This record gives sequence, C-alpha cells and structure tokens, in this order.
Amino acid sequence: MSTPTASLPSPAPAPAPGRSLAAWWQAMPLTTVFVLFFLIPLALILMVSFWDFNEYELLPGFTLKNYFSIFEGCGNTSDLCVTFKTYLSTFKFSFLVWLITLVTGFAVSYFLAFHVRSQGVQTLLFVLCTIPFWTSNVIRMISWVPLLGRNGLVNQSLAGLGVVNQPIEWLLFSDFSVVLAFVHLYTMFMIVPIFNSMMRIDRNLIEAASDSGASAWQTLWNVIVPLSRTGIIIGSIFVITIVMGDFVTIGVMGGQQIASIGKIIQVQTSYLQFPLAAANAVILLALVLMIIWALTRMVDIRKEL
Amino acid sequence: MSDALPDQKGTATDTAISGLPRRSLLKGTAGILATGIFPAVHAQEKIVLRYLGTAVNQDKAIAEKFKADTGITIQYVAVTTDDVTKRAVTAPNSFDLIDTEYFSLKKIVPTGNLKGIDTKRIKNADKITTLFTTGTVAGKAVGDQGTAPKKVIYLEGEKSKVFAKSPTQFMSLIPTVYNADTLGIRPDLIKRPISSWAELLNPEFKGKAAILNIPSIGIMDAAMVVEAKGIYKYPDKGNMTRKEIDLTIATLIEAKKAGQFRALWKDFNESVNLMASGEVVIQSMWSPAVTAVRTKGIACNFQPLKEGYRAWAAGFGLPATLSGKKLDGAYEFINWFLDGWAGAYLNRQGYYSAVLETAKARMEAYEWAYWMEGKPASQDIKSPNGDVLAKTGSVRDGGSYETRMGGIACWNAVMDENNYMVQKWNEFVAA
Repeated sequence: MSTPTASLPSPAPAPAPGRSLAAWWQAMPLTTVFVLFFLIPLALILMVSFWDFNEYELLPGFTLKNYFSIFEGCGNTSDLCVTFKTYLSTFKFSFLVWLITLVTGFAVSYFLAFHVRSQGVQTLLFVLCTIPFWTSNVIRMISWVPLLGRNGLVNQSLAGLGVVNQPIEWLLFSDFSVVLAFVHLYTMFMIVPIFNSMMRIDRNLIEAASDSGASAWQTLWNVIVPLSRTGIIIGSIFVITIVMGDFVTIGVMGGQQIASIGKIIQVQTSYLQFPLAAANAVILLALVLMIIWALTRMVDIRKEL
Repeated sequence: MSDALPDQKGTATDTAISGLPRRSLLKGTAGILATGIFPAVHAQEKIVLRYLGTAVNQDKAIAEKFKADTGITIQYVAVTTDDVTKRAVTAPNSFDLIDTEYFSLKKIVPTGNLKGIDTKRIKNADKITTLFTTGTVAGKAVGDQGTAPKKVIYLEGEKSKVFAKSPTQFMSLIPTVYNADTLGIRPDLIKRPISSWAELLNPEFKGKAAILNIPSIGIMDAAMVVEAKGIYKYPDKGNMTRKEIDLTIATLIEAKKAGQFRALWKDFNESVNLMASGEVVIQSMWSPAVTAVRTKGIACNFQPLKEGYRAWAAGFGLPATLSGKKLDGAYEFINWFLDGWAGAYLNRQGYYSAVLETAKARMEAYEWAYWMEGKPASQDIKSPNGDVLAKTGSVRDGGSYETRMGGIACWNAVMDENNYMVQKWNEFVAA
C-alpha cells in the first residue's frame, strides 16, 4: 500500500539546477514520516529475519535458518511444499479477484462516466457505490455468512423454489465465498481510480473517433481503454497488494482452512516466532514489489498524474 | 473496547455521586496531605490495577464488586490468549496483574518477567484445590500429560526463572478458573449417542465437523482422536516428538482432504455461530460456548467421552517489577478473589473456582448440588445475570466435579517441539 506513494515522493518539477533550500524543507515532513514509520520498521524486519529465536526470546545474530526453513522440502517435485502451495493459493485469489474487480470496476466506471449525463446523478450514484464502506470491513464480510450458509437464505430460497434438494455446500467456507467477499470489499478500489481517469478523457476524442467511423467497441478498445490505463494500473496495484497480504477475509470466508501467506505470518507472530514471520514478510514484500514494478513498467504513473 | 466501557461508566458514576463533596474535601485536606499526615487514605484511593487477560475472564461484575468492597479499581486490558503471552514476554511493564493459562508459563517464566507469589501473603493458599498442588481429585491422581499445573505452579524462589520440582513458598500463578473441555455436539442433528473422541473424524459427519485452530490446543484434540481410533498411543500427548507430530498432522490432513471439516475456528463466538447455525454438528468446544448455544434455545451437548477430557487452567500472576502500593493492591485482589464471592460467581458460569470451600459458602445449596455434585436441579438454575441455564430436574453435562475433573486425560500444553508443531499445523491449514 505504501509503495505507490514511494514512487511519487515529490511532484517532480523539471530538473531544477540548484534546488532551493525551501524545497528541501517542504519535503521534510513527508520524508520524516516515511523514514520513521516505513523505512526504519522495514529495516528492522529485514534485520530480525536473520535472527535466531527460541520459545520466548529473539537471539540477535546472523543466520539464514529462517529462510531455509520456509523453503524446506520445496526441492521435492512430487508434492508441493507448504510455502509454494500457500503462494499458489494466494496468487490464485489475487488473479481471480483482480480479473473480476477489473471487469466490474471498469463497467461501473464506464457507465458512470459516459452514460450518466447529469453531473448530479453521477455524484449521487458514485456516493451510492461508497455506502457499503460506511460499515467496517469485518461486518460486511460476516454478513455473508448467514446468507450463504447451509441453512442460509440462499439455500433456503433455492430449496423453497425446488431448484435443489440438498443444500449447496460450496457457497460458504470455500474458494467461491472468499472470492465473492474480496470482490464485494475491493471493487471500489478499482472503480475510483478508473472513474477518475475516465473523467479526464477529452470528450472530443470520442466524438472524433465516432466521426472517423469507429464502432462503439472500437472506440472503447482503442480510445477509452488506453486512456484509462493509469486508473486500471493504480486500481490493480491496490487490489493485488491487498489480496496478497490479506488473512482476515480468507480466514473468515474460507472457514480458516484455506492457506494464505498473511495467515501464516499471523500464526507465527502469535507464537512469538518473529524472525520466521519477518523472513516470510520479506519474501512477500519482495514479491509484491516485483508485481508492482512490472505493473508500473506498463505506465508512467508520474507522467499520467 | 470491552475494557474501556466499564471503566468509563465507573468514572462517570464516581463524579456523579461524589464529585462535589470530594472536590471540597480535597481542597480541605490539601494542606494536611502536604504535611504528610494523611498519606494512607490518599494512596488507597488512587490504586488502579491494570489486569491483562482474555475477554472471557474479565467480568464487569467482578471488577465492580471488588471496587465496592475495597475501593481499588480494576482496569481490564482484554486481548487474545496468544497476545497475553506475547505481552508478558515483550512488554512486562504494561500490566500490574496477569491472568494467563498455565501452559503459557513455559514461555513466560524463563524470561524472568514474573514474580513468584508469596503464599504466606495469600490467606486461602492452603485451601487451593489439590488438583493444582498435587494433581489429585478426591485423593485420586488425574492425567498429567501436557502442561499439568502441578508441574509449573511452584517456583524455586521469588525471582526464579525455573520451576520447582516440589512445593515451595512461591507460586507462579494463583489459580482462578479451570475446566475440562470435550466435544460439543448437536444431539438434535446427530440423533445417536456419541461416546468417543474418534467420532470427530468419523466420515459420517463429513463436512459437518470442526476443530480448534489454535495449534497448541487443536493438536491435543487431534491426538485424543488418534488415540481413540487406536492409531497410536502417545507417551505424552502434550509433549510430542517430531515423529508423533508428523503422524498427528498426517491424520488431520487426510481427514481434511476427504472433506471432513466444515471450518476451523479460533474464536469463542465463531464456535458458537458454527454450532448454532447448524454448519457444524460436532466440534471441539469450550463449556461456556455450549452454554451460549443453549441460551439461544438450540440443543447442544458438552459431551462426556470415554477417553476423558482435555483440561485447562488459568491463574493470576504478578509482573516482576510490581512493587509498593500496587503490589499490595494486587495481593488484596487475589485474596479477595479466593474469598468466595468471585468463586461462586464463576461456578455459576460453569467454570470451577480454585478454592471450593469459600465458593460453597456463597452458593445456595441447590446451586452447589447442581453445579458441583452432579445432582438434578431442584429448581431452575440461573446464570449470574439471571438467564435460566437449566430447567428443574436437569443434570449438568459430565456430572459432578469429581467425575469431570477426575476424568482429565491431558492438559493444554506447550511442547518442546512447539516451533516444529506450528510449522506442521500451517501445513495442515494449507493442505
């Protein structure tokens, strides 16, 4: 989450020869916060990940033990080791959620930006989208449970309509319910940046496209999508980083029996295995940074903003 | 949240009742205080004990009653079981009194963050139930696999980092509440008697079973199942070797892959919801959670099983740095706690109190007969807040104190191979 801010610490004026002292002072507050609350803790995590530990204390030193134990058994080709399995499951959720929120988010933004003519209605609908965010994440998540359960509303309705004889089991505590909850929780993070990019598109361009004989589909694909790219990338960064680190949603909606890397870190910290958790966090951070790096290769966020 | 509320209310009533008089009184006594003639009363009024523990044990009524009796304020700091240990190890100055489980001691005591409790200052110390001091109930030894309290209750000295092999003057924790856990079932949905831990992994309940996702406790439940199924007999379920851990986890993984579990739970409320909604019909469960399901009007049994119970016990400890008035206040609280009112209160919640004699004096005879002697209720049994828990004529699950606590098979534990076990548990969750 903090990484996007990392890539835009200053508004990047034209390379000014001999920057004034004032500019440095202006950059000070953010730099201080950034160093104190991000860089130093991160350095500490990195340091601790090389420490040894026992039941009740951390033993300063330098050892690669934690990293080795994370990848223990990963050379075995017949059966995936826990770490790979966990990452695989985390990646799977990230990808699915990213894809679904992207399509939904894009569709909603498109409707809001191009189909709703009146600005008042636009604002109203946009606020409507944010209503679910007036309650906490966990409440929104838990409210799915009575709906999807074995004796939940959905199963009762289906049984009442005679569609099913037996309650459908995979509605709750399954991959399905996890993805559903994620999409419900995080589509907004796609809508906002994409909508923002779309609102900046010069409407004359769309007129020009249609004048040049482009079909609606061609306009969408060749004009709107490329020009919304910044929003798409920013939204993707939000969604992917959140899902990669999540353990609450996967825990609650997956009935605590679906692996996620965040969950493993959480279990380890609760058993005072801080160095192991730190090593896991470092690996997770490296992976997420790589994904963000790859995403930012596709668009120059600094320029577009 | 939960600890902030009673506190706020306390202060509000304080000022409402005695705000003005106290202020003028303070003005008047300021001069006397300055001369130092009046220090005892002054200090007495200011004691606030920060009580670190889990939300389950932090009852508002207990703090209020204690304040009314002694004037000392209890400030609850509610965190999860794992976090209690974490704070005891990493931030021992953030509390004045810790309420933790005996199995956590293996992690806390070696840090030197706890002070041995001087039993000479505890009025009822010699009346503490023998379950803790000698590991016996009614003269018979109970199972001591795992971290049985008698193994960790005594310290070699006040500032000791090791446990004493035989009774000494210094206790690590003074027991508060304890109980023996077993499987909870929905008799209305199972419709047949359940008598063994093996039923937890019986394919008959495929997709309708759940297990505790607190690794160190969950693995003990799994071990009970492994033994009940006759797969393996552990020398000590509470301290497995790597091979035994592998075997236990493999059994769990096999069941999970076959779709046995509907969910894993970590939190009291989760287990209540799973059971009440019928998502799960059999699961490892805590006694008050069973009561919570029942108060919703849903049938739920805390099922006694032939292999016995997995017991747990919690107690009060003092941080090593505690001194002066606060230390006195903490001793006063512990003494008050063992004096009967709190014990009776806890017994009525379905827990057991550490000093039975004093609790009995504060309970009605019919209550004592129902809760402790396993006799049918001669009139409706009510919880401390007045809800009816059991109708006239019903009998407590598991029977009397002696039958239940005498049936302990093992205790919640921290193993020597704890790190390895947690790693393997993650493997189970990921499978």
